[in-house]
Amino acid sequence: MSAGRPPNLLGATWVLVRKDLLLEWRTRARANALVFFSLATLLLFSFALGPDTTILRRAAGGTLWLAILLASVLALGESFRVEQENAALDGLRLAPADARALFLAKSLANALLLMLLGTVILPVLAALAGVTLVQGPGPMAVVLVLGALAIAGPGTLYAAIASQARARDVLLPLLLFPLLIPALVAAAKATSLVFEGDPMLQFRSWLGLLAGFDLVYWSLGFVLFPRVLED
Amino acid sequence: MTHALFTVVGLVVVGGGLYLLVRGPASLRAGVAVLGLVLLISGAWYGLSVAPPDREMGNVQRIMYVHVPAQWMALMAVTLNFFCSVAYLFRPGWAKDALAEASAEVGLFFGAVGLVLGSIWGKPTWGVYWSWDPRLTSEAILLVAYAGYLALRRFIDDAERRAVWSAVVGIIIAVDIPIIWFSVRWWRSLHQMQSSPSTVDPDMVRALRWNAFAFLALWLVFLSSRYLIARARTQREVAPPPLAAEVAT
Repeated sequence: MSAGRPPNLLGATWVLVRKDLLLEWRTRARANALVFFSLATLLLFSFALGPDTTILRRAAGGTLWLAILLASVLALGESFRVEQENAALDGLRLAPADARALFLAKSLANALLLMLLGTVILPVLAALAGVTLVQGPGPMAVVLVLGALAIAGPGTLYAAIASQARARDVLLPLLLFPLLIPALVAAAKATSLVFEGDPMLQFRSWLGLLAGFDLVYWSLGFVLFPRVLED
Repeated sequence: MTHALFTVVGLVVVGGGLYLLVRGPASLRAGVAVLGLVLLISGAWYGLSVAPPDREMGNVQRIMYVHVPAQWMALMAVTLNFFCSVAYLFRPGWAKDALAEASAEVGLFFGAVGLVLGSIWGKPTWGVYWSWDPRLTSEAILLVAYAGYLALRRFIDDAERRAVWSAVVGIIIAVDIPIIWFSVRWWRSLHQMQSSPSTVDPDMVRALRWNAFAFLALWLVFLSSRYLIARARTQREVAPPPLAAEVAT
């Protein structure tokens, strides 16, 4: 990157994603906390739904996504809380980079973290609920990627808003959960189909819904995020 | 063609009514409120005694005369909120922000009324208060979403930030409406299809329209009053009146 020329959108995004991932890698505190938090959630679900393994198996898809969703609120809140320290967010705002790059970078970093989280807790869920990937790891990976993107896109936008409001810990889930219900429905259904097989061939429709949700909210976030950040 | 004409006339009546109520004297709002109450009471009488009972649902169907108008008003308020949010982001103005706040709250109120009435109707008809039908579920999700919107407005102290952020959230929620609708419909389905006015008894249509006008009058009064409150509050935040001590000196 030559000095004096502001980086283009993708260049700036890349730099910011690397910054977020590097910060994450140096402490690994957030990732560790998230993994243990969602493992605890999985255990809680198992106890709440009872020892009957048929119920656990049938609820497995929803359990996985609820565990990820609940953890995501912590992850998203934290991703903007670190920017509040030493007014780092103001620093980013002053940098000659597009605010939209900040949205893409934050969302991507959050999505990667959630994908990692899903990959880590999936084997545990498989053991606890007694499910197997009937359709193989490929479709499961697609659902994880699309689902993580669906949470991270609007989640990052809302976290940016909530982080600067009062009572931000209450506000973020209050705003985010109703919005994410379509994504939750689609991801949970698709995951169940991966676990239990797909005789009616509904898997593609749910993936389509999830992909549409991603497309709509990543575009909206991309357009609206600069307005959220400006003072 | 007639539909387009009705829409234009309706928009002019609603827009003009709102403008008059906001700009006009408080007595005008009081007058429209009284008119709305009279219409509501007489509409209840008409719907309960003049309109014939439904062939299949019997008297239970009469709830429709208030349930449907409540949902129409909620829909109008939510649409208004969306347009105010978009308009604010293009050209900021306190009037749009205040109207967005008013419409979200009024929409939440009428939506909640409609939802409760619908679920009272559902108990004898479907046998349950709550069914996971797409409309019911979508509306419940939306009500929670707008409750979140109003909470957001409460939690931000800076008036300008509040206006921008709630406009962003208002747009995001409105965009979610069709997505929620599709997802829930795929998830499960059961709701009554709408009837067209040509297939039902004219007395039923009259009862429905009567109540719709009653609700419209109340909607206008609520919205304009809430708008004036929101307007006064931002006015005080942005340009506070001088303190009593300053005035005295």
